[in-house]
Amino acid sequence: MTAKLFGEPVGRREDPRLLTGRGRYLDDLGSGALAAAFVRSPHAHARIRDIDVSGALDIEGLVAVYTFEDLPPRVAEPLPLLIPHPALAHGRTARPLAKGVVRHVGEPVAMVVAHDRYLAEDACALIRVDYEPREPVVDVEKAAEGGPAVHADVPGNVAAHLVQEVPSAAGVPARQMIESAPYTLAFRLDIERSAPMPLEGRGVLARWDLDDRSLRVYSSTQTSTGVRMAIAARLGLPLPSVEVIAPDVGGGFGVKLVHPWPEEVLVPWAAMVLGREVKWAEDRREHFVASSHERGQAQFVRVGFDGEGRVLGLDVTLLHDHGAYTPYGIIVPIVTSTQLLGPYRIGAYRVEFSSVYTNTVQVTPYRGAGRPQGVFCMERTMDRIAAYLDLDRTAVRAANLIQPGEFPYDQRMTFQDGRPLIYDSGDYPESLRMIKELIGWDSFAEFRAAAAADGRRVGIGIGCYVEGTGVGPYEGGHVQVTSDGRVHVSTGLTSQGQGHETVFAQIAAGELGVPLDRVSVVTGDTRRLGYATGTFASRAAVVSGSAIALACRKVREKALRIAAEALEADPADLVVEDGVIRVAGSPGAAIELATVATLANPLRYAFDAEAARATQFAAPGDPDRPPIAEGEEPGLEGRAYYSPLRSTFASGMHAAIVETDPDTAEIKILRYAVVHDCGRLINPMIVEGQIHGGVAQGVGGALYERMAYDSHGQLRNASFMDFLMPYATEIPHIETAHLETPSPLNPLGVKGAGEAGVIPVAAVIAGAVEDAEGIVIDRMPLSPSDLFRLREEAARRR
Amino acid sequence: MKPPPFGYRAPREVGQALADIAAVGEDGKVLAGGQSLIPLLNMRLAAPGTVVDINRVAGLDTLTAGPDGVRVGALTRQARVERSEEAAAVQPLLRQALRLVAHPAIRNRGTVVGSLVHADPAAELPAVLAVLDGSVRLASVADGERDVPAREFFTGPLEVAAGPDDLAVSAFFPALPPRTGTAFHEVSRRHGDFALAGVAAVVTMRADLGLEEARVACAGVGPVPIVVDVTAEAGAGDRAAAAHTVRERIEPEDDVHAGAAYRRHLIGVLTERALAEASRRAADA
Ligand SMILES: Cc1cc2nc3c(=O)[nH]c(=O)nc-3n(C[C@H](O)[C@H](O)[C@H](O)COP(=O)(O)OP(=O)(O)OC[C@H]3O[C@@H](n4cnc5c(N)ncnc54)[C@H](O)[C@@H]3O)c2cc1C
Repeated sequence: MTAKLFGEPVGRREDPRLLTGRGRYLDDLGSGALAAAFVRSPHAHARIRDIDVSGALDIEGLVAVYTFEDLPPRVAEPLPLLIPHPALAHGRTARPLAKGVVRHVGEPVAMVVAHDRYLAEDACALIRVDYEPREPVVDVEKAAEGGPAVHADVPGNVAAHLVQEVPSAAGVPARQMIESAPYTLAFRLDIERSAPMPLEGRGVLARWDLDDRSLRVYSSTQTSTGVRMAIAARLGLPLPSVEVIAPDVGGGFGVKLVHPWPEEVLVPWAAMVLGREVKWAEDRREHFVASSHERGQAQFVRVGFDGEGRVLGLDVTLLHDHGAYTPYGIIVPIVTSTQLLGPYRIGAYRVEFSSVYTNTVQVTPYRGAGRPQGVFCMERTMDRIAAYLDLDRTAVRAANLIQPGEFPYDQRMTFQDGRPLIYDSGDYPESLRMIKELIGWDSFAEFRAAAAADGRRVGIGIGCYVEGTGVGPYEGGHVQVTSDGRVHVSTGLTSQGQGHETVFAQIAAGELGVPLDRVSVVTGDTRRLGYATGTFASRAAVVSGSAIALACRKVREKALRIAAEALEADPADLVVEDGVIRVAGSPGAAIELATVATLANPLRYAFDAEAARATQFAAPGDPDRPPIAEGEEPGLEGRAYYSPLRSTFASGMHAAIVETDPDTAEIKILRYAVVHDCGRLINPMIVEGQIHGGVAQGVGGALYERMAYDSHGQLRNASFMDFLMPYATEIPHIETAHLETPSPLNPLGVKGAGEAGVIPVAAVIAGAVEDAEGIVIDRMPLSPSDLFRLREEAARRR
Repeated sequence: MKPPPFGYRAPREVGQALADIAAVGEDGKVLAGGQSLIPLLNMRLAAPGTVVDINRVAGLDTLTAGPDGVRVGALTRQARVERSEEAAAVQPLLRQALRLVAHPAIRNRGTVVGSLVHADPAAELPAVLAVLDGSVRLASVADGERDVPAREFFTGPLEVAAGPDDLAVSAFFPALPPRTGTAFHEVSRRHGDFALAGVAAVVTMRADLGLEEARVACAGVGPVPIVVDVTAEAGAGDRAAAAHTVRERIEPEDDVHAGAAYRRHLIGVLTERALAEASRRAADA
């Protein structure tokens, strides 16, 4: 085999391009395209009485204005509910342009197409929409208590209600277990809204070829195959006439998985109607009010436990703020409900959630997708138990951990993919040992005493999680070796900066025995691979990575077969190294993979010297067999799909030391440590990068980011001046250690790593601040102003 | 986030600039570093008919540090003043404050005068000008040049005593008197953000090292920088009393980042910290 590549910290091959401005993002394309802009609702809830576009018609350079009335029925109808669920009794989705009622600030009401974006925005400003404001409901509890109805036909605002019961091994339900437990606690927790904030907003560019009657769409999406099928269906086009390409995508974090967005339907439709290229690039203000948010939940917890802190029964009720629509179904609260269990064996569990409509931006998965909330709930519970029993917080966790001998461990629930929640592998006690060692848990008392002597306040916190990754249904890999010896790998899922060009090349180069620089990788281009699901749920390495490995194995097998014939050797005796196939032990007998690729494609015509080797008189072959044997295909290529049986479960534990300023209530993270297990590591550097980014995002959720809606449904901080994503200056150095418990489920033994970093951060920081302050922390995010208020309240109680 | 159409003028010398500004009047806006104006235009929160870009006007990028103080021309970028040893020697509070203004990339474009004219209530430089009792030099075709002292210049949030015909040509920051120390302390949510609350302090000692004068100016807790003389309290050695006096004088408000009560509390803490540091520096001076 070529120098070991799997497992090596190979430098990211995409970086030189992306860092020197050679990336091709959506708005870099289609320089001659018309520009679209949208009139969006300024009201959180209103009836549209009238839309008067006449004022805009004088704008020079205006091409078209569309309102709901102008759309053909197929285009105008509500967007699809992507993931139906029996419990989602009242799922509702928006229409591409509002019909009669708007339900959140930012909902699209009219589309303008003009020669450029400046003119399009000028025209938008001149369109008069006559709204009759209605009372909005913003607070999730008010909405659930029968506040104003977001959807007139959904009284009570409850979109979905689901109860899941996992009784004890002896069949006792959770509530009964809690009643009979030696100790019980009950409390409430709150997590506020945040949102995916990719540096590049959404965007779509459509080109209709009038002669060919075909549509090419570029979208800044996490699923080009999904967008393609949705567009073909909406616009009534044959699937082969639509191609969708995700160019370089500047981050997604979940929001670009939702599809089709209104703009993904309207822009291609307008391109067809107008016979012109049309482009829309979302700006930041639009992103705040017209894409997706997540995280908002109120959690009501009851727990029963014994003297060692073992959880005998856990009963959680979640009020999940779903915003105005449910295009992505109830995946987020399902993930919260199931992944809340973390690495623990819980006596009996009951979880109930209500997904509630509010007049705010819709909620769909955002990196972590409900897990940060679930982990916040469970880890705060562990800390409360420890405080109640006066036990070390890690001892309570240790008492509840699933043991290494218990895998596969069945949590007896249904996971987000509709499959049983069975953990495949892991070593949680070892993880706990490692994190305690890394952060210095057992010597923290001395550190605290030393700090206290200087008048400083410090605290330590820990958080553990398990993350189901690599969900199905499938991904594919296509691998082609061309006669120049190059290897072209493609997979259908898309890339948003994760490093797929590097890790997929590592896998292919390793499997095929070729140098890394001969391998190129294409993702998210339906021209290359039409079957795919998308990039989400930390699934690319697991599902596409496995598919690519399987495709490479097919190619390798075929290459060895052809080489064996050419070298008159047994395929079993052949080795591939550096792109050359040799007979083991006989140095002279070798053939280039490039030559094998040439021979694999019998040719009639010699278009160059290399090709001449494959023509009929140069390589006559066996006269009794057809040039391509039965069951064979020309070329040295292979395609394979990998469809996982179930998710594979990655895990990790984080710990942090924070300092709180006794005077200003500022919160500073002094140290942040991560122990991470994503099975076999393909590229530890890329995994660490994913962890760093995730932790940074988690710090945002813990200390900075919130969606500050007022009671009228106006988002008061819809800009980067006021929505506080942490800068590098706010992120501590992150110390990481890896544990590798391979997954038995896939050919590479890998688990997902994309979301991990973000998941436990809020829980960890809450625990650490609580430890520093001696004040119960039951909501996130936590600002200095919040901490000041908590101190004042605590002082009044004393 | 694209601005509506606007006219554009780019004068080359001050006389032409004043004529252009006078010609466009109320309907015009001066463009200096653009770090505040361009976002306002792009978000369509400002829609001037004409933008008068002064970036090519000769002679406005001056920085002179003399025995009286530091005079900063309208085109002198914040970064240049921050890095100037001469300016720091004459009036150290400038550098102390500028380090807290935004981020390096913004300070490379943003001007000191632009920040003063923009008069964001949470900005550092207005507080500096106010606590030093500096001035802004305005010029117009009709009224010629005149200096407006800080206490008259800041009239409200984002409001200053400059008319639509006025160009602010420079600002003057008086020099540090002998035996004087300064300090700027603030708390912001993230590095480089506008402060939740900030305090600039100037402390002058007598020759016998008793306290002669102590003044602070607060940012982010009122419509304009709030200057408070705390000579009596600080002179009695009671910084807590000084903090109390200052807390009583400010008018903080709630916003998405912090509550009014927290801001009031912070001003007390920052006053004590800034006075302590300024006093130490005064004693060393
Ligand atoms: C991300 C970010 C963070 C920031 N953080 C801070 C911070 O922490 N603290 C802080 O103080 N500032 C901060 N700022 C604002 C920054 O300091 C601005 O540069 C400054 O406020 C304005 O200076 P400017 O030269 O860019 O002015 P412009 O943006 O060009 O103009 C601002 C206003 O002043 C007027 N104006 C400018 N110059 C003149 C003149 N000579 N005569 C008449 N009118 C004039 C303009 O017409 C306009 O109304 C921040 C800005 C950004 C983008």
